[in-house]
Amino acid sequence: MSSGQLADRMQAGLWRENPGLVQLLGLCPLLAVTSTFVNGLGLGIATLAVLTCSNVLVSATRRWILAEIRVPIYVLIIASLVTCTELIFKAWFPALDRSLGIFIPLIVTNCAIVARAEVFASRNGVVSSLFDGLGMGAGFALLLMAVGFVRELVGKGSIFSEFDKLFGGDPLAGLVVVDGGWLLAVLPPGAFFSLALAVALKNYLDGKRDAVHNT
Amino acid sequence: MISRVAKGGLTLAAIAAICTTLVAATYRLTLERIAANEQSWLEQSLAPALGGVDYEGSITESRLVLEPPHGLPGNDEAIIYRAYSGGAPVAALFAVTARGGYAGPIRILVGVGVDGTVTGVRILEHRETPGLGDGIEASRSDWVRQFDGRSLGDPPAAAWRLRVDGGEFDQLTGASVTPRAVLKAVRETLLYFDAQQQEIFDMPATAETP
Repeated sequence: MSSGQLADRMQAGLWRENPGLVQLLGLCPLLAVTSTFVNGLGLGIATLAVLTCSNVLVSATRRWILAEIRVPIYVLIIASLVTCTELIFKAWFPALDRSLGIFIPLIVTNCAIVARAEVFASRNGVVSSLFDGLGMGAGFALLLMAVGFVRELVGKGSIFSEFDKLFGGDPLAGLVVVDGGWLLAVLPPGAFFSLALAVALKNYLDGKRDAVHNT
Repeated sequence: MISRVAKGGLTLAAIAAICTTLVAATYRLTLERIAANEQSWLEQSLAPALGGVDYEGSITESRLVLEPPHGLPGNDEAIIYRAYSGGAPVAALFAVTARGGYAGPIRILVGVGVDGTVTGVRILEHRETPGLGDGIEASRSDWVRQFDGRSLGDPPAAAWRLRVDGGEFDQLTGASVTPRAVLKAVRETLLYFDAQQQEIFDMPATAETP
């Protein structure tokens, strides 16, 4: 696998085939936890780690797996990785674990992960699967952070609040831009609006680029 | 030549064994840290409701679990933590459930000193509307601090209500259902403490269930 192809995998995950923006997979955690940037960052890192490890493991074992039992094996691998991730979060990032709550164990049901196992890792080598996992995971994580950033800014008027959840210490209010905010943004409808705007922005940028290419 | 089915079964078993080992190893590795985190989280979340009370030892060791019916607010398990100093009781902490909120039960923590005054009230868990009812959280507004230092006689029984209901306690802007539920639970806890004080401090701690 050449470095050009690896870069292509990264680019696919980050932009062209972004799991959240293009494939619209894993929307449940995306919409649910992104009320702040830190929450998005936390779940993003957890998803990135699980996705990358599951891609590598699925790819490494693909020669021994019969087609009939591949799905139960993906489920086993993903569920074990998620359980380990949850335990690690509980041990080292307890505050973040409390704020993400059920959405860490629910990474198991993030269809973006099983989709990458089925579509990519089961048909490609370990190295390219690794890069596919990193690219897709990072693409998903960046989207979570972007949506979290916007919702927090509009809904609470703050930037990067609650960073103590990651590093411990005293509660941090973050950078307060305005006191209070437009509440709707942190409520569930705000999640849908923010995601819709992100998808629209991507399509707009793509359309603009295509227009430049065609003229 | 083994059949395809047998081969599939064996692969599945082998992978299941590997995955289980991985999870078991992580569990063993994190077990102590997680237990320590939970313990310190509990102590941390109890402390604010014991404002200004000096006590000795770990308050979590004196845990008393009461199954309903127990006479405290709510119809699920109530937990009482007792604080002692020099062998004498100084305060009790009640983890009880307030009913009548907008969105399900509200789990609250009420600290009561031996003299019957409130040492602090904190909200443990709730699902009230963000931006309105969630003002009961100490991190979002000072509302919950107005109970500090109050007791059954201060204000008198008739004034243990929200201002909208003709009492002495503030409601929250745009929300009175949630504060009313919390207020009622605090008052009922004080009544329970008043009636049962002796028994509360005499009962042996509930054994930890493994």
